[in-house]
Amino acid sequence: MPDARPAPDLHLVFDDVSMAFAARHVFDHLSFRFPPGRISVILGGSGSGKSTALRLIGGLIQPSGGRILVDGEDVTALSERQLYRVRAKLGMLFQSGALLDALTVFENVAFPLRQRTRLSGADIEARVRECLDAVGLTDADDLLPSQLSGGMVKRAALARAIVARPSILLCDEPFSGLDPISARRIEALLVEINGRFGMTVVVVSHDIASTMRMAAQVLVLLPDGAVEGSPEELRHSTDARVASFLNPDLDAALAGATQVEVAPGAAAW
Amino acid sequence: MVTVVRDLGWLSLRFVEQLGSLARFAGSIGASLLTPPPRFGRFVDELFKLGVLSLIIICLCGTAVGAVLGLQGYNTLVRFGAADSLGAVVGLSLIRELAPVLTALLTTGRAGSATTAEIGTMVVTEQLDGLRMMSVDPVHYIVAPKALAMVVVMPLLSALFTVFGIFGGYLVGVRVMGLDGSTYLSSLDSAVDFENDVGGSLLKAVVFGVLIGLISTYRGFTTAPTSAGVSSATTSTVVVASVCILIFDYFITALWGV
Repeated sequence: MPDARPAPDLHLVFDDVSMAFAARHVFDHLSFRFPPGRISVILGGSGSGKSTALRLIGGLIQPSGGRILVDGEDVTALSERQLYRVRAKLGMLFQSGALLDALTVFENVAFPLRQRTRLSGADIEARVRECLDAVGLTDADDLLPSQLSGGMVKRAALARAIVARPSILLCDEPFSGLDPISARRIEALLVEINGRFGMTVVVVSHDIASTMRMAAQVLVLLPDGAVEGSPEELRHSTDARVASFLNPDLDAALAGATQVEVAPGAAAW
Repeated sequence: MVTVVRDLGWLSLRFVEQLGSLARFAGSIGASLLTPPPRFGRFVDELFKLGVLSLIIICLCGTAVGAVLGLQGYNTLVRFGAADSLGAVVGLSLIRELAPVLTALLTTGRAGSATTAEIGTMVVTEQLDGLRMMSVDPVHYIVAPKALAMVVVMPLLSALFTVFGIFGGYLVGVRVMGLDGSTYLSSLDSAVDFENDVGGSLLKAVVFGVLIGLISTYRGFTTAPTSAGVSSATTSTVVVASVCILIFDYFITALWGV
């Protein structure tokens, strides 16, 4: 009997993917294999297409070219209904949390199980409690999203993203808008979830320090192309673009930006 | 001149494109209503939000409109010695025209705008994308119960508006102007034909419910993901739905004699 499981190297793959919004090219001919069961980080500045890459994996938007494989299936060729089958393998932590604001934290976390599985009420409650415990929200189960702090929203959204045991966890800017302690807590949670459930974790971030600590593989989206490697390889990269991205000279960058902004006014003066 | 023609062409194309997109959206709502699992709990929630929470405004406005009709009607009819027909004038005006139209306009302002704002905010805060990522169709879970509730609620609210309007006309005609109560009610009873007048009124209300449900959910669903986008979508719902209600009202009356 042939093995129905897809080859590990087709677990999550960007194959020659290009993306453009109207006339603006976000990235061209991007290829990358996300290592199965490990943490990968997509790193880049604002507007580099990091979040776009994540939405492409979920099939929420369509690329202008190329293929995106999830367990060997090309999500760009699937209908919305077929995508639901693939999305059952994905959990997504949105930047804003995207919790349903009419439901309590418990109901939000139970939502994917109630909608997609035939688990009994007791089993659902046990699974939800386990996930809320894992993210440290045991006592917040009956609160509404509007009653939570930013860090609690992210943790509740993380619990919802992992409750159905997806094989791939997508995290859009999980540390943005958080104080350093909350950000470190989310980082530790992602590492723990990756170790405990063996999920492939894809994190979109602009935070270099946390990336270097947690990532097995990093994809750096630069204005003129992408560079990939392990944190160690990137740290010792001879590519000047990578070096300047990882150790930015903020004063020089700021002066450059100011010059561009000031120049037209100065000419008019 | 060329610019005017070009702009006109662009506007026409955009109008047809929007109409096509609206028709596809309506089709997806219809398909969702027939697709299991039924969202009965969500439908009841929406009935409460759109219907029960509109009760006070409908009752108040119905009474006020009926009272004004009673006053204006009495003052006009009395000149022709036909004050006894006040019940028929108030009843027929309300049942055939004012109740469905005014209820639809009030519902657009109260429930239609709230529906657009709620769905639009869900777009901005990525809640609809969140549903998609959990393999839940947002049209099935969010939109279809709201649209269906609007269609069910409209004839009920319109009927309530009619009852309170007749009551308002009675208050003014009988209690203030001194008309005989039984004359008011018998004039109403003999003038109103249940099938043509009341049935037609309910049909109008259902058509308006479809319009408000469709326009308010569509504008919410296609909101640009910014706070300005939500505000512009909400305004557009009120304007477009109100204009459509008045235009459709004319054609229903002209074609079906309701």
